[in-house]
Amino acid sequence: MELLLIFLSAAIVNNFVLSYFLGICPFIGVSNKLTSAFSMGVATTFVLVLTAVVTWMINNLILLPAGLDYLQYVSFILVIASLVQFVEMFIKKTSQPLYRALGIYLPLITTNCAILGLALFMALRDYSMMESIFFGLGAGTGFTLALVIMAGIREELELADIPKPFRGVPITLITAGLLAMAFMGFSGLI
Amino acid sequence: MSKSNSPLNDFMNGIWKQNPIFKQVLGTCPTLAVTVSIVNGVAMGLATTFVLLFSSLIISMIKKLIPNQVRIAAYIVVIATFVTIVDIVMKAQFPDLSKALGPFIPLIVVNCIILGRAEAFASKNTVVRSGFDALGMGAGFTLALIVIGSIREILGSNKLFGFVVLPDTVEPMLIFILPAGAFLTLGILFGIANNYEQKKKDKEIQKAITAERSTKLVTAPASVQTETEEA
Repeated sequence: MELLLIFLSAAIVNNFVLSYFLGICPFIGVSNKLTSAFSMGVATTFVLVLTAVVTWMINNLILLPAGLDYLQYVSFILVIASLVQFVEMFIKKTSQPLYRALGIYLPLITTNCAILGLALFMALRDYSMMESIFFGLGAGTGFTLALVIMAGIREELELADIPKPFRGVPITLITAGLLAMAFMGFSGLI
Repeated sequence: MSKSNSPLNDFMNGIWKQNPIFKQVLGTCPTLAVTVSIVNGVAMGLATTFVLLFSSLIISMIKKLIPNQVRIAAYIVVIATFVTIVDIVMKAQFPDLSKALGPFIPLIVVNCIILGRAEAFASKNTVVRSGFDALGMGAGFTLALIVIGSIREILGSNKLFGFVVLPDTVEPMLIFILPAGAFLTLGILFGIANNYEQKKKDKEIQKAITAERSTKLVTAPASVQTETEEA
């Protein structure tokens, strides 16, 4: 039950994109098309879960017992960068079409603040291993959800008559604002 | 953008011409998250400027020592080191501010402005120029945060710098402190900035057209003259 709550909280109530503002760059950059938005969401979710496992181990088995917690940021970001590199190599070897579909967005996952944010929140809240995995899964689901909804809206927006200065980024931000308002409705859920 | 290499130009570039938020759309995450009040915005801006300045200086100093393949990882380690310093200092000196900004201080590590400037500017230019570029970018970022922060603080809680500025009869619009308000404020400001830029461009085009016309007017009689002479 506890795990389910963590999952739901990260995915919907405290959505990473719409209420913590983590991962806004890909949210604005990759939400043009539904298909690429979905693949991006899945790839990010995968990296999020892997990061949750590895950074939990590093934080709780190496850094904290040795009293090196001031090295958290440096070691977390190095772990994330190498994980992303590893995932990229793995996808390239196993599935060429997926690799081509994700293209440049794959290495950019490193600088997605959602990933480092997840690692920091985990360390801050003292989650256990299992809780961390569900937290990562929830964060990834929430990210994918927000990205896919946004991409769907933006595909429709292409046909809309938007005032010229508001085309592109501004209207995306305003749409995100309305989405965030809609997600506020979930705040009583937990 | 500008061809002259003067440090002042590098500095001014970041404030408007290449403003990290309104022109390059970098670093949107902290922009939206911390601008609940103007104080938070200023603190975040200064912290980012500090990290940006020192990492730019160091990176432009050691740019020749870093092998090309591992440069991004090397940049990130330099950046993360300075972020750790900022975080520790803030925790000790301003515990309240550090708590208010929460995980967004460590998240400066993945702020695309810093890595972006390291890759686009500091790794190609001299130490002095990189320093001024970093200061300009930091100032532009801080200014944008101040603008957004003050709008959200006035509308959302009737306050500015924590002092009440609007009378009680004005109901504070809570939505502006909530996440949705952050998106709306930035979206509308972005539109206004685009509009201003568009108008400026239109004016320049208009100017160019009229200038062309006047030169044509000057040359036209001359050509007429030559034609008549030929006839």
